[in-house]
Amino acid sequence: MIAVRRLGRDSSLIAWRNLLNLRRTPGSVIAALVQPVMFVLLLAYVFGGSLGGAGYRTFLMGGIFAQAVTFNAAFTALGLAGDMDKGIVDRFRSLPMPAMAVLLGRTLSDLTMSAVTLAVTSLCGLLVGWRIAGSPADALLAYALILLFAFAMSWVGAAIGLLARSVEVAQSAGLIWLFPVTFVSSAFVSTQTMPGPLRTVAEWNPVSATATAVRQLFANPPPGGVPAGDAWPVVHALPYAVFCACLITGAFMLLALGRFRRITLG
Amino acid sequence: MSKPQSGPAIRAEGLTKRFGSKRALAGVDLEAAPGTVLGVLGPNGAGKTTTVRVLTTLLRPDGGRAWMAGHDVLADPEGVRRDLGLSGQYAAVDEKLTGRENLYLVARLYGLGRRAARVRAGELLAGFDLEEAADRPSGTYSGGMRRRLDLAGALVARPPVVVLDEPTTGLDPRGRADTWRAVRELVAQGTTVLLTTQYLEEADQLADSVVVIEHGRVVAHGSASELKARVGGERLSLTVAQTWARPAAADILSSLGAHRPELEPRTGRFTVTTDHGAQTLEYALGCLRLADIAVRDVVLAQPTLDDAFLALTGQPASAGAQGGGR
Repeated sequence: MIAVRRLGRDSSLIAWRNLLNLRRTPGSVIAALVQPVMFVLLLAYVFGGSLGGAGYRTFLMGGIFAQAVTFNAAFTALGLAGDMDKGIVDRFRSLPMPAMAVLLGRTLSDLTMSAVTLAVTSLCGLLVGWRIAGSPADALLAYALILLFAFAMSWVGAAIGLLARSVEVAQSAGLIWLFPVTFVSSAFVSTQTMPGPLRTVAEWNPVSATATAVRQLFANPPPGGVPAGDAWPVVHALPYAVFCACLITGAFMLLALGRFRRITLG
Repeated sequence: MSKPQSGPAIRAEGLTKRFGSKRALAGVDLEAAPGTVLGVLGPNGAGKTTTVRVLTTLLRPDGGRAWMAGHDVLADPEGVRRDLGLSGQYAAVDEKLTGRENLYLVARLYGLGRRAARVRAGELLAGFDLEEAADRPSGTYSGGMRRRLDLAGALVARPPVVVLDEPTTGLDPRGRADTWRAVRELVAQGTTVLLTTQYLEEADQLADSVVVIEHGRVVAHGSASELKARVGGERLSLTVAQTWARPAAADILSSLGAHRPELEPRTGRFTVTTDHGAQTLEYALGCLRLADIAVRDVVLAQPTLDDAFLALTGQPASAGAQGGGR
């Protein structure tokens, strides 16, 4: 019990420090916020017209939310690699606090960042015509699901940052996987027109499940031109998305912690 | 969790560490009694920082054991961290945070409550002459101020053992003097200090005992004066200006002791090691006068730690050192 309280206190201290850092580097925060807004406008008006117009713009937002928080994983990778590079992690590790606190502090501050990203992206969605058509409870559940997914992706980023061990490697490795993972999915288009194996990958992609579940909770049905299909993960999007997020969080938490412990003691 | 009060405060036995094909530590042993300063001396890349990282639980050694403040570094890293303050090139301050925030964060992570952490941060800022800059981001600090902040961070929890990794590298003379004063105050309060340095003068000034590391192993240890003694007595230097007189002078100086005199051909400066300084000096000057050889710049001096380093490692202390202040 004491260990859990200490972990909570120490991780929130680290998270506080990370957020202070972010607040004093407004450039990187703005970059993180511009990215989803740019995707909303690009997809809504460049692709949207041929994909279903107003109906597509409403549909789009579920995918944008899932993509935006996935991209925030790059922040985690970069943040951790930078802290290792600058000796901040050594400073923390020489202090009597659990190893987990350094990692949890980072993923918690990035979760806060994801919440801000979500708020900005939602406002932008409202401007292009997106509306929450479902019940308030479902809407809250939708946001909770996105944040859960954001947390999971942040742990992927943490593992990448620790494996990279240098800012430069973390920068490229932290970004490169985001494109296939978010685009081979139903985030922006129908999986139904993809060739066989790619379609299966896209249907089972946790990004697809999260986007689909969020659309269902916001009651944003796919327009005629973007059929969702009836694969198992589409029909059971919400439980499958929650399962994936928990599995990813657990697996990458262990991976990151193991890696972190191999670098330093205990 | 046991914490024996007797025995050395810092102890390492046979530490080894390999990075790929490079052997960073090839069996390092060292020891420091409570309340003393242990100087770890060596050129860049000798293994000083690797040793420090192992002792401060930041790096797992491939072999060997170590204890800090009575805690086993491998078995109880948590205990080590509670009783340890670390400062130096690898334990950084956060540039985006103010000096006060940096110290508050460290204090909280040592387990102090909010109020206690604020009070302690204030004390340290005052003690290290950082009050004026306390609420500016530490990224705007000068090199000396940043080192002081880093040192203050190591002392937040009043730890019994403090490790300073090259605390004065890159500092100006005033900054160095400030750091030396801080170390002496710490020791006066009973703290055990391990400090690594490339500067022989620093080890000479501060350390009760010195360990010389070279290529990942300890090539010499003892007090600074013991190390000097190992180089052999005092050194007599004199210059013979006339080139033709030098062979005769060399013969005379050779007869003085067991060691051959060293000659620097450009200046004609002879250096000879002797165990009976003043007598040798008198005798040598007498013989040289009888041979009608004029000498100047006669110096009889204790060997410096630089001399010791050269004798112990076969290379001058400055070899391999880059970017240092001297």
